[in-house]
Amino acid sequence: IIRQKNPKKKTYYAAHVMTPLLSAPGEKMAAVQDAPMELDSEKETKPEILSDGTSNLSGNTASGTLSSPPLTAGGAPKQEDQQTLIAVLQFLRRNKLTESVDILRREACLEDQEDSQTLDGSGGGKGDGDGGDANSLLSRVSIASAAAPQSTLTPIPVKSEYDQPDVSVVLSAYSQQGDPSLYQVYYTGLKNFIESVLDCHRAELSQLFYPLFVHMYLELVYNNHETKAKAFFEKFSGDQECYYQDDLQILCGLTKKEHLKGNEALLDFRTSRFVLRISRDSYQLLKRHLQERHNNQIWNIIQEHLYIDIFDGMPRSKSQIDSMSGSFAGETRREVNKAKVFYGLLKEPEIEVPLDDEDDEAENEEGKPKKKKTKKDSMGSKSKKQDPNAPQQNRIPLPELKDSDKLDKIMYMKESTKRIRLGPENLPSICFYSFLNAYQGLTAVDFTDDSSLLAGGFADSTVRVWSATPKKLRKVKSAAELNLIDKESDDVLERIMDEKTASESKNLYGHSGPVYGVSFSPDRNYLLSSSEDGTVRLWSLQTFTCLVGYKGHNYPVWDTHFSPFGYYFVSGGHDRVARLWATDHYQPLRIFAGHLADVTCTRFHPNSNYVVTGSTDRTIRLWDVLNGNCVRFFTGHKGPIHSLAFSPNGKFLASGSTDGRVLLWDIGHGLMIGELKGHTDTIYALKFSRDGEILASGSMDNTVRLWDSMKAFDDMETDDFTAATGHIPLPDNSQELLLGMYHSKSTPVTHLHFTRRNLLLAAGAYNSQ
Amino acid sequence: SSSQSGMTEREERRFAEVPRESIKLMAESSGVELSEEVAALLAEDVCYRLREATQNSSQFMRHAKRRKLSVEDLNRALRWSNTETICGYGAQDALPFRPLKEGELFFVEDREINLVELALATNIPKGCAETMVRVHVSYLDGKGNLEPQGTVPTAVQSLSEDLLKYYQQITRAILGEDPHLMKVALLDLQSNSKIAALLPYFVYVISGVKSVSHDLDQLNRLLHMVKSLVQNPYLYLGSYVRSLVSSVMYCILEPLAASINPLNDHWTLRDYAALLLSHIFWTHGDLVSGLYHQILLSLQKVLSDPVRPLCSHYGAVVGLHALGWKAVERVLYPHLPAYWANLQAVLDDYSVSNAQVKADGHKVYGAILVAVERLLKMKALSLTLAAEGSGAGLPGTTTGAVGFRENSPGLSPPSEPLSEPPLGIASHLQAGGAGCPWEEWTPVSLPAMYCELYSFFGDSLAVRFSTGPPLGGATPPGPCQPLEGRKEPASSAPNLENTRKMPQLTASMNISPRQDGSPRMEPQPPSLAATETRKTCSVEVPPGPGLGTTDIFPKARFPLPQAGPPAFSFIIGGRQMGRRCQGRRFQTSFTPTPPLTTHPPRAYAHKLPVIGRVSKPVRRWTCSHYSLHLPL
Repeated sequence: IIRQKNPKKKTYYAAHVMTPLLSAPGEKMAAVQDAPMELDSEKETKPEILSDGTSNLSGNTASGTLSSPPLTAGGAPKQEDQQTLIAVLQFLRRNKLTESVDILRREACLEDQEDSQTLDGSGGGKGDGDGGDANSLLSRVSIASAAAPQSTLTPIPVKSEYDQPDVSVVLSAYSQQGDPSLYQVYYTGLKNFIESVLDCHRAELSQLFYPLFVHMYLELVYNNHETKAKAFFEKFSGDQECYYQDDLQILCGLTKKEHLKGNEALLDFRTSRFVLRISRDSYQLLKRHLQERHNNQIWNIIQEHLYIDIFDGMPRSKSQIDSMSGSFAGETRREVNKAKVFYGLLKEPEIEVPLDDEDDEAENEEGKPKKKKTKKDSMGSKSKKQDPNAPQQNRIPLPELKDSDKLDKIMYMKESTKRIRLGPENLPSICFYSFLNAYQGLTAVDFTDDSSLLAGGFADSTVRVWSATPKKLRKVKSAAELNLIDKESDDVLERIMDEKTASESKNLYGHSGPVYGVSFSPDRNYLLSSSEDGTVRLWSLQTFTCLVGYKGHNYPVWDTHFSPFGYYFVSGGHDRVARLWATDHYQPLRIFAGHLADVTCTRFHPNSNYVVTGSTDRTIRLWDVLNGNCVRFFTGHKGPIHSLAFSPNGKFLASGSTDGRVLLWDIGHGLMIGELKGHTDTIYALKFSRDGEILASGSMDNTVRLWDSMKAFDDMETDDFTAATGHIPLPDNSQELLLGMYHSKSTPVTHLHFTRRNLLLAAGAYNSQ
Repeated sequence: SSSQSGMTEREERRFAEVPRESIKLMAESSGVELSEEVAALLAEDVCYRLREATQNSSQFMRHAKRRKLSVEDLNRALRWSNTETICGYGAQDALPFRPLKEGELFFVEDREINLVELALATNIPKGCAETMVRVHVSYLDGKGNLEPQGTVPTAVQSLSEDLLKYYQQITRAILGEDPHLMKVALLDLQSNSKIAALLPYFVYVISGVKSVSHDLDQLNRLLHMVKSLVQNPYLYLGSYVRSLVSSVMYCILEPLAASINPLNDHWTLRDYAALLLSHIFWTHGDLVSGLYHQILLSLQKVLSDPVRPLCSHYGAVVGLHALGWKAVERVLYPHLPAYWANLQAVLDDYSVSNAQVKADGHKVYGAILVAVERLLKMKALSLTLAAEGSGAGLPGTTTGAVGFRENSPGLSPPSEPLSEPPLGIASHLQAGGAGCPWEEWTPVSLPAMYCELYSFFGDSLAVRFSTGPPLGGATPPGPCQPLEGRKEPASSAPNLENTRKMPQLTASMNISPRQDGSPRMEPQPPSLAATETRKTCSVEVPPGPGLGTTDIFPKARFPLPQAGPPAFSFIIGGRQMGRRCQGRRFQTSFTPTPPLTTHPPRAYAHKLPVIGRVSKPVRRWTCSHYSLHLPL
């Protein structure tokens, strides 16, 4: 419909929509749709095209090289293959299977390398050869920095009976790591060591406990050592941090390999790398210990399943570590958050705004617009200068402004001149929109930006739209009736509306499952709803009918959000990916894959160039719409993330989770800059005031809390230097930042919205129980 | 150390586990024999799958923004993991999970539902509350609550203007002065199918009984409003039943301000309210669990409270009477010995200052007598029926109920089943008993009961009880009784006369033949006829011409209205079984009142203040089967 009506638009998008993305959509779709079925294979199953190269999750699991930076990523697997082949050959030879050796060698075209290897192995003196091998082994284990002082390390004393230590190393990747009956011994050994080190290192090294514990346990389960697994669990589960309790609960029940097969999250845990951040000193300590004790099994697990991100500087304190950990995949690798993010706002289009001087009333009294002088709006002038941090205006193709959009912008600017300046001394008034008699279960709420409409998604599959103003909702007349209208008349827009259909609310029927997300388009012409039935639907607010059903997730879609410029929208669901759509494409433009569990909430950045997603895996990812890369990866929440909000200037992000905490993030530097504690239940709603001075959070605990976000941001000194370590000391100042706490009687807060004049609207379903 | 290991074991056990015995049992029930090993494996797997499903389902709960995991959530999780969903647990109410003491068995109570009844039910609730959004300025400038949020009504309605108008007019008409308007309003309230939204408002109005306890008229009107609401087949009263019942109970039991003035006929009000209570209970009692029990408890409480005024006691007795003979047997009968002493003290006090109280005492006495009489009758009947097999034992019940509606402009008394109220209600008081001061109650045999009661009432009981036709024969069960009394005179009055039996125990019985045969004639319950000379009464009443109606009971004979103010005294005596009293002396004098010309046969009724009600008969209840409501 849109294309037919607006041929110009079609060409516009054809020209600008990123062609590589659209070139093979079918292929992409197939890959993604198959993904859940392939999960038990060890291979990377996420669609490659869009997954970020730097993500630790999509990292090549077959590669054993921790040290290989992206530069060598291409070469590493090849070398790995060769090593494996050589190891197999050696194994065959030792077992006197010469025929097989010949065949394999022939088929693999391995003559030269193999020869050189064997020459190297046999020709070299024992001491020298071992040293070299040890070095190569170490280099695989050692850290990213080239400056790692390898020379200071004592070489691993390799058992001299083996000429080719490679064999055991490589084969260990196929067999279980070491003897499972000894896992308890290994773990205890490491535990004793860590407990004996200095306090400053102990906190850092204690991070090893959880991933090692889980990997060992899963390894035991995977290799059918059920009783040993149980014993292992019982012995060491008590040592783990309390915020891993939920995971331990899941692990506890899992005792069979068959169980593992169905559990995608744990499979991912096995195949992906858990990231730890450890200071160099602590790391050296650990390495020295493991080498002295010949504790190769632990070492193997670390190198196989963990990624240790080493930073130079003071070891972190326990609280610092705790604030960042808790996610399913460990912490963030610093390099993941190194990418440049253009968080600045786009230049506002220059619109001639008729600015009436303060005397509105005088103008009305006289009945005609007085001095209708036009001048550039002050708001516009601010954004006239290109923000250095802003993306290029056309980095992402955006729809052109229609006349109605311009009118709306003018309205917006007018309203914003009447905006109340909020601050700690001047808190907003709160209006509560209570949904009464919502027996069918209110699951999602959204307001339009101008607060004129209100939409509710319900568990009974309906979407209801209310008018929040006295103006009633009207449908457009039917086609037959529209034919009778004088299309030249001035009030044609009024004439096309069917007065008979005027009502305060309209119901939209079409979904076949609870509606978990609703989002208005910025021009108020469309409404998106995402549902358990696996679809996202686009509704027209002119005809109150469904226009498109976007299919692709195939699993419950937990959230959807319109771009602030319209046209694009993002959705995320149980299939663990977020998708970027354009309203006129029935297939997604981007698939953002990387989360280890359900994508629970999705938001567009104010400049529409980025999308942020929160997940059940307790992480937050920021994705670049242009290339689909994950440019920011935030960890620190201890529960599924259910709410996200960008500050109006695009610089900061707030996230709320089931753990009742709000975390604040600096997007530019990729740092956590604040933790707001106070809520006692899941935070379902977050919103910054229009100027960003106040952050409002709404929770299941029936409260709305207001936080001094200005102070929270200003207190944080973040620059490129502090960003280098990837963490900054966080003050524990939640109580200072809390400006107010407001109770509803018995209504969980499901949505928050600041009107253009900074009145806070809260919404939720009254709960009579 | 063993205890310690036991402790740790318990701690480690984080999950509920399905024992392998259960697995084996289930396999057996479907005809599969499982080895120990397989059962253990299966049990473990089942546990894991259950946990997995629960964990998955919690996600649906979180996204539905609820705190409570619902069956629906679990079903969704099952559906997405390609497992069959479980049906039949979608109800909103919590399913009671009960232990069975004997077998260490736990089960979900699953009551049988009569689908036919459900399908044919006509009172389908209409006009469910529409989901709506209400705005409330909660905090102004972040400070303070502008106005208290107050209680949000459970069903806030957007009342349309029409409804609002209707509401205003109806309430105005009912509470206003014009009896005709009131009648119309009540009729409409009784039949309007679109007033579901107004129900809370009406209930609220009715709960205002407490504020008008000085105004009998208003109380009466409010009770009529209750009646109309209860009779409206389109209304689903739901938990409002509780509120209505409490309003009605207020009228029955409270020492109303209006009763301070003896001229006010609050007795009638109480009778009516009691009738209404039983009607609500029999028709809507199933809406609120434990209602029967609660009502009985509060009635019992009043009855056993000697501080309460006699009018409250009267209310309790008529209330029990209205609830059925079982209630009387359960509550009134066991309390009678204790209560009797108090009542007797009142009745024995002949001082002038006590005159009013004594009159009230007579009321209570009469009420008890009537209640007890029916108790005996019904108990006897139930025994006979039990012996005969209850199938055909109640010939008149159904027709009785139907016929009643037809010719009753007022309240249609519910047909009272012989059995206890449905188990769904009564089971709470029988099985539960948790924290309820319910007394141990053992059924007393009929003869024992009769003896006991006879010791209190003496021959007045004998007169009333024993003179009827054989039980189970000509005397239909309670509800049909008035019907018979009404219908038969019309169709077979002579027949009735022929079959009328002579009283058996009365000594000076004198039955005058029916003279008018009017179908509007009241059944005649009075029982002041004396019996044996030793302990009784001398009623000096010449048989009058206007006094011919009798039915199954012998009636007292009174002087004609024009015979001047009559005065008589009599003693009703019983063997008081060692109780100090020798007999009951009733002494009454009348002041003449102008006879009612419209109802000559009833004129004398005003002057019979002895037992039962005193003042003018309530026309609305001419057809009531309660002897209490009949003018004596």
